[in-house]
Amino acid sequence: MTLRDLINKLLGRETASANTARERLQLVLAHDRVDMSSLTTDLLDKMRKEILDVVAKYVEIDFEEVAVSLETEDRMTALVANLPIKRTVSGEIKFKNNNEKNDKDIKK
Amino acid sequence: MSKNTRTILICSGKGGVGKTTLTANLGIALANSGATTAVLDADFGLRNLDLLLGLENRIIYTAQDVLDKNCRLDQALVRHKKEPNLALLPAGDPRMLDWMKPEDMKKISDMLSEKFDFVLVDCPAGVEDGFKNALAACKEAIVVTNPELSAVRDADRVIGILNTSDIEPIQLVINRVRPNMMASQEMLSIDDVQGILSLPLLGIVLEDEQVIISTNRGEPLTLTDGRSPAKKCYLNVSQRLTGTDVPIIDPKNEGKSLKDKFMRLMQTKVF
Ligand SMILES: Nc1ncnc2c1ncn2[C@@H]1O[C@H](COP(=O)(O)OP(=O)(O)OP(=O)(O)O)[C@@H](O)[C@H]1O
Ligand SMILES: [Mg+2]
Repeated sequence: MTLRDLINKLLGRETASANTARERLQLVLAHDRVDMSSLTTDLLDKMRKEILDVVAKYVEIDFEEVAVSLETEDRMTALVANLPIKRTVSGEIKFKNNNEKNDKDIKK
Repeated sequence: MSKNTRTILICSGKGGVGKTTLTANLGIALANSGATTAVLDADFGLRNLDLLLGLENRIIYTAQDVLDKNCRLDQALVRHKKEPNLALLPAGDPRMLDWMKPEDMKKISDMLSEKFDFVLVDCPAGVEDGFKNALAACKEAIVVTNPELSAVRDADRVIGILNTSDIEPIQLVINRVRPNMMASQEMLSIDDVQGILSLPLLGIVLEDEQVIISTNRGEPLTLTDGRSPAKKCYLNVSQRLTGTDVPIIDPKNEGKSLKDKFMRLMQTKVF
C-alpha cells in the first residue's frame, strides 16, 4: 500500500483508477486468452491424456466415463475434469458410482 | 540472403497508438546511427508514413509497381534527403488489399533485405489480412501499446497471434506515458502493462506535444536538433534495439516540478 492509498482509505475516498484498470484488465484478459482458441481441441486432448496418466498412477479410473472440458461462467473459465474412480491402486474400493470433481483454473 | 537483415514488424492491434510515429522516428534514428534502413508502409488502406517523413510529394512508384514489374525496386524507393541512409517504400493504393497475399509481402521484404540492415514494417491496425500480410514479411516484432485498457487488451490479442508464428523476439514499447498520471496512480504503470503482457520491454515513449508539431512539419523528432521528452525516448529505443546497453527511461525521473516530487512522495510504500 502506498502513502496515497493510505490517505485515501483514511478519508474514505475511492482508490486510484489504475487499480481498477488493472483488475478489470486481468479479468477480461483471462477470458480473452482462453476464448482466443489458444486452447485448441488438440491441446485439450493432449492435456486430457496427461491428466489421466497422472491420476491413473494413484487411482483406477473408469475411462469410459471420463470427461474433461472447459466451462466458462461469469468471465471465469475453468478446466473441469470429471474422473469417476473405481478403486485406489492399493485395492481399496473408494467410490462406486460417485463422481470425483476436479476444478482447476486455467492460466496460459 | 547475404545480409543479416533485421526485419521488424511494428504492430499494435488497436489503431492510433503510435505505430507510424514510432516507425518514422526509429527509422531516422537507426539510419542516423549508420545502419541502412528501409521503412515499408504496409498500411495499404490508410497510408501515413510518407506524411510523417515529409516524403509525400516524392512518391512515384509503390510496392505494388515493384510486384507488377512496372519498375525496379530502387526506382520505387524514396530516399530521405536529410538522412540518406533511410528509404521509404510506399504501399500501393487501397485496391491492393484485395489481391495482396502474404507471399507478396515476403517477396518485397526479401528484396529489401538484400539492400538494407534494417527493414521496419509499419503495420495496419487490426488483426485481419493487412496484419497477416505484414507479419509474413518479418522475423521480429515490436508491439506498441498505450497504458490504457483497450490498447493493452488489443495488444494481448496480437501477442497471442504472434506467439503462434515463429516471430522472435517480440518486444514491447509503451507509448504516450504520462509520468504525472502514473505517479498519482490514475494510469496503469509500466510494470502493470509489462507484467500483464509479459513481453520484454524495449522502451517507453513519453506523451509529448512535440510529436504533433513534428508531424505537422513532416520532420520526425529524431531528425530535429531540439530536445524533447519523446525524442529522448525514441533515441533510447533505437539504441536498445541495436544492442547498446542503456537503461530504459524511467517515468519516475521525468517529472521535474514540485508537484511531481509530491506525487512521488505519495507513491512511497508505507506497508
Ligand atoms: N508520444 C506521443 N505523444 C503525443 N502524441 C502522440 C504520441 N505518439 C503518437 N501520438 C499521436 O497519436 C496519433 C496516432 O499516432 P500514429 O498515427 O503514429 O498511430 P498509429 O498506431 O500508426 O495509427 P493507425 O493505427 O491509424 O495507423 C497521432 O496524432 C500522433 O501524433
Ligand atoms: Mg499508422
